[in-house]
Amino acid sequence: MRKVAVAGVGLVKVSEHWEKAIWGLFAEAALQAMKDAGTGDVDSLYVGNMSGSLMQDQLNMGALMADAVARPGLHAVRVEAGSASGGVAFHEAVKAVASGYSDCALVAGVEKMSDVLPEVAAKSLVMEEEQEYSAYTGVTKAGLSAMLHRLYMELYAEPSEVGMMAVQSHENAVGCRHAQYPFRMSIERAMDSPMEADPIHMMECAGVGDGAAAVVLVPADAGGVEVAATAVATDYCSLAMRDDPLTLGAVQKAAEKAYRMAEVKPGDIDLVEVHDDYTINGVLSLESLGLVEAGKAAKLVAEGGAARDGMIPTNAFGGLKARGNPLGATGVYQVAEVALQLRGAAGDHQVEGAEVGLAQNMGGLGSTCAVTILRRLGP
Amino acid sequence: MCCDHSEEAGAMSVPRYWREEVPRYRLLGEECTGCGTRFFPARPVCTVCGSTEFKDYKLAETGEVVTWTVIRNPPMGFEKYRPYVVALLELDDGVRLLSQVVDVDPEEVQAGMRVEAVFRRVKEDGSAGIIQYGYKFRPVVE
Repeated sequence: MRKVAVAGVGLVKVSEHWEKAIWGLFAEAALQAMKDAGTGDVDSLYVGNMSGSLMQDQLNMGALMADAVARPGLHAVRVEAGSASGGVAFHEAVKAVASGYSDCALVAGVEKMSDVLPEVAAKSLVMEEEQEYSAYTGVTKAGLSAMLHRLYMELYAEPSEVGMMAVQSHENAVGCRHAQYPFRMSIERAMDSPMEADPIHMMECAGVGDGAAAVVLVPADAGGVEVAATAVATDYCSLAMRDDPLTLGAVQKAAEKAYRMAEVKPGDIDLVEVHDDYTINGVLSLESLGLVEAGKAAKLVAEGGAARDGMIPTNAFGGLKARGNPLGATGVYQVAEVALQLRGAAGDHQVEGAEVGLAQNMGGLGSTCAVTILRRLGP
Repeated sequence: MCCDHSEEAGAMSVPRYWREEVPRYRLLGEECTGCGTRFFPARPVCTVCGSTEFKDYKLAETGEVVTWTVIRNPPMGFEKYRPYVVALLELDDGVRLLSQVVDVDPEEVQAGMRVEAVFRRVKEDGSAGIIQYGYKFRPVVE
């Protein structure tokens, strides 16, 4: 297998792009990434998209997106793995380049949520769960996360400590050009916001947005940013089937595989992007990734440990909460952001001296997880 | 136009509903004939011993709340029930499942609260679709 490098990235601001169709949004990120890589000579395209079949009635999105960038003939495919679509699309593209099937692959995540009403967006999120006995109850993804949130609070933390995950993400997003909500939010504002699904407040949830992010992958040479590992793992879909609901088994397994492949330990990770679609999921992810001991992540975040100069710099551009969470695009945003950090090109968001970074993207309530570890090559 | 679309998208197909009628109406799961582990819903392969042989198993109709939430912003099709409680329950036979908990003030739900199964309307698929029924749970009156 060949080593693979990230040659270019493209990031569209997460927003409500009323004037753009989904393929236009995709093309903006894709063209940016190819320009950044200095090559348009891609032979494969992997599109991460979760809900285009519900929100745009669009299937066969691989062909449509190859069409959008005027490259008929490309190997092109849409990868769907719920909210982990972007991370899993990246994983598939890495395998294509590593195996020699592809010499230059474009991975782009795209999602356009503003085309539908809020209740349709809520339905799309619960479509990640098993339908006949989980979604059937009328539960939402926020509701499933809320059940974990309540268990966690009973054992380990105060509501405001879990809520600080959102406050920290907003703090990190200030000044970020591609973030949907690049402003500060106080813990009081989060805790005083209405309940979304008790005990989760509305301001502890990622919002609804449109976005597209892209990266170009090539065989690695001496310099740049290397893909040290990418791994995917799953867990039982229903919370009712998990022995310890507060352990995200898919996150744990994907992380263990990735650490092994990259030959690093959790302590070697200089910065991390975690899947904080709800505050509790960011907290549990830090623990299941092995970066923080079980039960201690909320307190660590509340004490500033997730800040860019903290013990484990987390979501340096705002994470899902403040950069935004355009579902199938999110995993590609994460990887692109980690690549910018390792290049030293993160501007005001730079984590100083970062050499190894990790991105964790989750589908369903932890039923699919993609973990990517990137490493800076050369001096 | 928009309303027509959402009714259509929220509707359940007749075969999908018919297939789950018995498990949902009777709380019928399965017991692995290899190792005795009980499952709800029934599943193709036993998660403990890998067996694919099962016999019908009727769940306990009482149990308790493990953890719960109150849904304030429901998905399409459940809007008229808001707010409603959804809980992870552990039944008296050890089987866990997700269910709505009804006939209770959301503020009064607690971990360990005793609940019993009831047969209820779950949702309507628009004005012309299936009216879905199934199990929910309510507090036991001691």
